[in-house]
Amino acid sequence: MGKLPMRARLATTLGGAAGTMSRLAGRGDGSVIGGVIGLRLEPDLLALLSAGRQIVLVTGTNGKTTTTRLITAALGVLGQDVASNAFGANMEAGLAAALGKAPNAPLAVLEVDERYLPAVIKATRPRVVTLLNLSRDQMDRAAEIWLVARRWREALAGAQGCWVVANADDPLIAWAASGARHVVWVAAGQRWQEDSWCCPQCGSHLLRDELGWRCGECSFRRPSTRWVLDGDRVIDSAGRVSDLSLSLPGRANRSNAVIALAVAEVFGVETTQALPRLRDVASVAGRYTRLARRGRQVRLLLAKNPAGWLEAFDVLDPPPAPVLLAVNARGPDGKDTSWLWDVDYRVLRGRPVLVSGERRLDLAVRLESDLVAFDLVEGVDEAVDQVEGHSLDVIANYTAFQQIRVALGRAE
Amino acid sequence: MTAEVPRGRGAHARTASSLRLVWVYPDLLSTYGDRGNLLVLQRRARLRGIEVEQVLVHADQPVPREGDIYLLGGGEDLPQILAARRLRADRGLYAAAERGAVIFAVCAGYQLLGTEFGGEEGQPVTGLEVLDIRSGRGERRGVGEILCEVNPALQLPSLTGFENHQGVTTRGPGVAALASVLTGVGNGDGTEGSWAGRVLGTYLHGPVLVRNPGLADLVLTWAAGRLPPLADREEQWTQLLRSERLAAVTPAP
Repeated sequence: MGKLPMRARLATTLGGAAGTMSRLAGRGDGSVIGGVIGLRLEPDLLALLSAGRQIVLVTGTNGKTTTTRLITAALGVLGQDVASNAFGANMEAGLAAALGKAPNAPLAVLEVDERYLPAVIKATRPRVVTLLNLSRDQMDRAAEIWLVARRWREALAGAQGCWVVANADDPLIAWAASGARHVVWVAAGQRWQEDSWCCPQCGSHLLRDELGWRCGECSFRRPSTRWVLDGDRVIDSAGRVSDLSLSLPGRANRSNAVIALAVAEVFGVETTQALPRLRDVASVAGRYTRLARRGRQVRLLLAKNPAGWLEAFDVLDPPPAPVLLAVNARGPDGKDTSWLWDVDYRVLRGRPVLVSGERRLDLAVRLESDLVAFDLVEGVDEAVDQVEGHSLDVIANYTAFQQIRVALGRAE
Repeated sequence: MTAEVPRGRGAHARTASSLRLVWVYPDLLSTYGDRGNLLVLQRRARLRGIEVEQVLVHADQPVPREGDIYLLGGGEDLPQILAARRLRADRGLYAAAERGAVIFAVCAGYQLLGTEFGGEEGQPVTGLEVLDIRSGRGERRGVGEILCEVNPALQLPSLTGFENHQGVTTRGPGVAALASVLTGVGNGDGTEGSWAGRVLGTYLHGPVLVRNPGLADLVLTWAAGRLPPLADREEQWTQLLRSERLAAVTPAP
């Protein structure tokens, strides 16, 4: 940290101390409070802490935390320290705290909240910006997504020496990225299309076929890609085909992995070197692991918005395996539950469905409308007691997920 | 308040045996769970033995003139402007309105039924002029649970919903307010929503017809005639949700 000005050094030292005290006091994981204090002392802290490092930013509606983890794993091949906000503290304070905790790491992989990307690009001068996907999410507090895409586009067009690794299958992402000078396009797929019916450039209806999407009226179309996700395989920029064989389940994670491989290549890490590291990642911030509970295996899946629910359904064990759905509507979840009506729950017919969470009545009415039979339960333990068989998958949104993790952490 | 409560087409005749629900431009106007309003109308009609045909009309397709109920949802500024432009050129919704079809519109869809609404920079944009209302951009965004007392002429229980908009809407003569606001923002002048004849618009999403089955049945009645009540078990979850939401926004005594 020798090169940091005195004020910034003081700011990170005090911030680091606050983080340690926060952890000792049992308030959170200490990943934000240090940054908050540091930023108050030195508003340019993020820029100062970023100077001299090679930084990767990761943003998008879904998959930020997992992709950040996968990129960090892949860059491990280089044998250098990598700073990262691995627990999803993705606003300025969380980023500053992550960098402050690893003052000597020459590399940093940081997930960034969608709204903060332009400011963070300016402050950190990243080597790579990774754009995953963009869809409706917590509309009561987030900006409308066309507006988000426009701000990204402006920020990326002005970013010097920055590579953008972007999912070409998502039209809003393609539009945001196409203003940048250097783009690595990845065919990472797009399951949720309800937010991209229209051309981001001119607003006309987009046409889709097996080759991708294109505008019916203006010239905007899916860019050709250097990287392709093809089922469980990746086709890399040299045209070589490799099996992904990840430990993480689901199509969305295969998509995240291909994007992580493309980012790694910018740093000279080959697919064959990176893949074993990606396969070692089995759980991300409590997601996907199977926990033993009262003689059953419980697996937690986080889904915060319609696109996320679609991807979570893809991961479920096949019917008649039971599933517990839990929805809250606190601040971090978004207080508006109307998005439940954008999710198609009919795929859950034919398996036991249990419903909990503070907004379980919203879910009950939603499932009734889709003719999905369900039972209300108070919490995860009641669900575990009620189901037959060995396993229970749980899909929960943000604070419901945290509550269930806490409940499962308690003695049985 | 000269608006008259329309008599459903079945006020004297029998209940219709089928309904055609037209969802207008879900590609442009479907931001806040708008599908919910379609699904609720469909469910409540089918439980009465009424066949339902859903027609989803994308912005590059003509709007059918022969629908019974037309639904317009919420959307961002640019899609809203585009939708207004296309609907004006298409004329299908005008033909439907002239026939006396029911139009139910939410948020951006509500605003664009009027003579004018605010564009992405707040500039006035010409609307469809189906409803004599005028909308502009307010000082601040209204976001949160909203609770309203419905216009007594409509004889409905309180409305509960969620709003998220920056619009301010005023009505011309011949258009009545749907409700008066108890908690929330609505039209910005203490009223919420508008209706005239069989055209009804509201800032409530949530989606509004899920939490307000009485309003859903009113819309259905306008199109299909008198409806028998649903069985208690068919209303059970809806009523529980409704009670919970009403309790959540009613200030404690």
